[in-house]
Amino acid sequence: MIINGVQIDATFAEAFPMKGTRAIITAQNEKWAMIAAQAMTGFATSVIACGCEAGIERILTTDETPDGRPGVAIMIFAMGGKGLAKQLETRAGQCVLTSPTSALFAGIDGGIRIPLGKNLRYFGDGFQTSKVISGKRYWRIPVMDGEFLAEATTGQVDAIGGGNFLVLAQSQPQALAACEAAIEEMKKIPNVIMPFPGGVVRSGSKVGSKYKTLNASTNDAFCPTLKGSTKKTDLSPDVESVMEIVIDGLSKEDIDKAMRVGIQAVCDLGAENGITRISAGNYGGKLGPFHFHLQEIMA
Amino acid sequence: MSALTFTLKTRPDQRVDMSPLVCHALENLDITDIAAIKLHCGKRKVRVDELFSISGFDAKHIQIKNSFSKLDYIGKDLDGGVIHVEGDVGAYCGMGLKAGLIKISGNAGIYAGCEMKKGLLEIDGNTGDFLGGALPGNKMGMKGGLILIRGNAGDRVGDHLRRGTILIEGSVGDYCGSRMIAGTIAVMGYTGKFLGHSMRRGTLLLWNAPKLSASFNDCGSHTLAFLPMLFKSFADLNSAFALPENAFNRVQRYAGDMSEIGRGEVLVKTVM
Repeated sequence: MIINGVQIDATFAEAFPMKGTRAIITAQNEKWAMIAAQAMTGFATSVIACGCEAGIERILTTDETPDGRPGVAIMIFAMGGKGLAKQLETRAGQCVLTSPTSALFAGIDGGIRIPLGKNLRYFGDGFQTSKVISGKRYWRIPVMDGEFLAEATTGQVDAIGGGNFLVLAQSQPQALAACEAAIEEMKKIPNVIMPFPGGVVRSGSKVGSKYKTLNASTNDAFCPTLKGSTKKTDLSPDVESVMEIVIDGLSKEDIDKAMRVGIQAVCDLGAENGITRISAGNYGGKLGPFHFHLQEIMA
Repeated sequence: MSALTFTLKTRPDQRVDMSPLVCHALENLDITDIAAIKLHCGKRKVRVDELFSISGFDAKHIQIKNSFSKLDYIGKDLDGGVIHVEGDVGAYCGMGLKAGLIKISGNAGIYAGCEMKKGLLEIDGNTGDFLGGALPGNKMGMKGGLILIRGNAGDRVGDHLRRGTILIEGSVGDYCGSRMIAGTIAVMGYTGKFLGHSMRRGTLLLWNAPKLSASFNDCGSHTLAFLPMLFKSFADLNSAFALPENAFNRVQRYAGDMSEIGRGEVLVKTVM
């Protein structure tokens, strides 16, 4: 398959079941809601070493937030429910509770309830109070700038992590420009996040390593400087840079949609902007139950 | 379907226990069975059809017409459905309400909504003492749900209130929120003496400055984030509490009762 001079490989992205949740952070203004959201989703690019994958889903208008203030929706994904709950609580405590004027609300009403402000309330040292409003419990925790308002729980749902595609380009600036264009479009899709810095990862990994202590290492098949030195290069001579976009989402359909708009944005730049191929990362289909076939998505 | 309607024929001299006439208890009964139900009336037991003419058949929607202030226990332990009352009601209206709606067009006596657990009790007129309170000797009053009073309420509103919300568009008597354990009482009118006496936790939300006991401490003026959400939750009510112009988030906060654990609060609307 070729779109606008860009070859779409007959391959697929292999993804895994995860547990996901959403939280809504509000603040006095969008600037401070965003600061809290960025702090909460920091150091959360990959479950390999961060314990979770997190990102900003979108900015919310005042009509969309529970307290009528500007807000940001963030999503967190982890391999299991226990790990997700731990990450959510730690991050909420260190990054949102501490952030001026912030408040924290559930972003998912259904699913299994996991603590959001339920345990953070103990920071109130006995001065915390709760209010049940429209059937939902909120904790009011006294803090130095006033009160930190946090919904007691949020919903944990089944999710998918590890949807991805690779952008192969003739130069590094061209690969980055294409990924930026893709991220711009993918950010408009609800229920997904792209957890890596700016949504783009330049150090895609393969499973395993020659070093026993490492369970992941550089994806040498897609490293352009190794074209002549690795036996299994997957790059043609004209490819000088490869970047990857990883997608976590609440459903296969959400990830499908995000991949489609992302790949389309890259293809719109086309061969004339140095984009040669779109590929994807997989493990031969043996590890992850979710397969995102690039050509099917773009058909 | 037409509502199951009980129209009072004559006003008895003695008080009547109306607790058997609730939706869930009448659901599977036909009109003859309902007519044969015995109600306590003073020291006598009288058939329903001796006091009321009965029409309609939808037991999930009960109407009581020509009601007056000696009909006690209306909607006691109601577990779903709707009871509409035209006129006044006696004591213990909506006592132990579990689910559903009770709507009174007139006034209610003492202990309205006492120990209710869920649901909505709406009273267009005034109510007596111990609204949403606990029965004598009991330690917990209302445990959930919402009470909306469009008129005034007597003394001891929300006595031992454990959870839930009491909204009063008018004024209240003395000891409002006394011995409150938690929950919210909002009063648009004026409050009497000994407000929040021995309250432990919970919120008394006031539109007018109260006369507070010395055991309530001023915590200053604050903008509280939960208030807009609380007012938003009243938006569906047919009440002054639903009007955006009556909502506020800037309050003077008083903590108390310091003679108890002092985790309660009196929030008074700050005049901007």
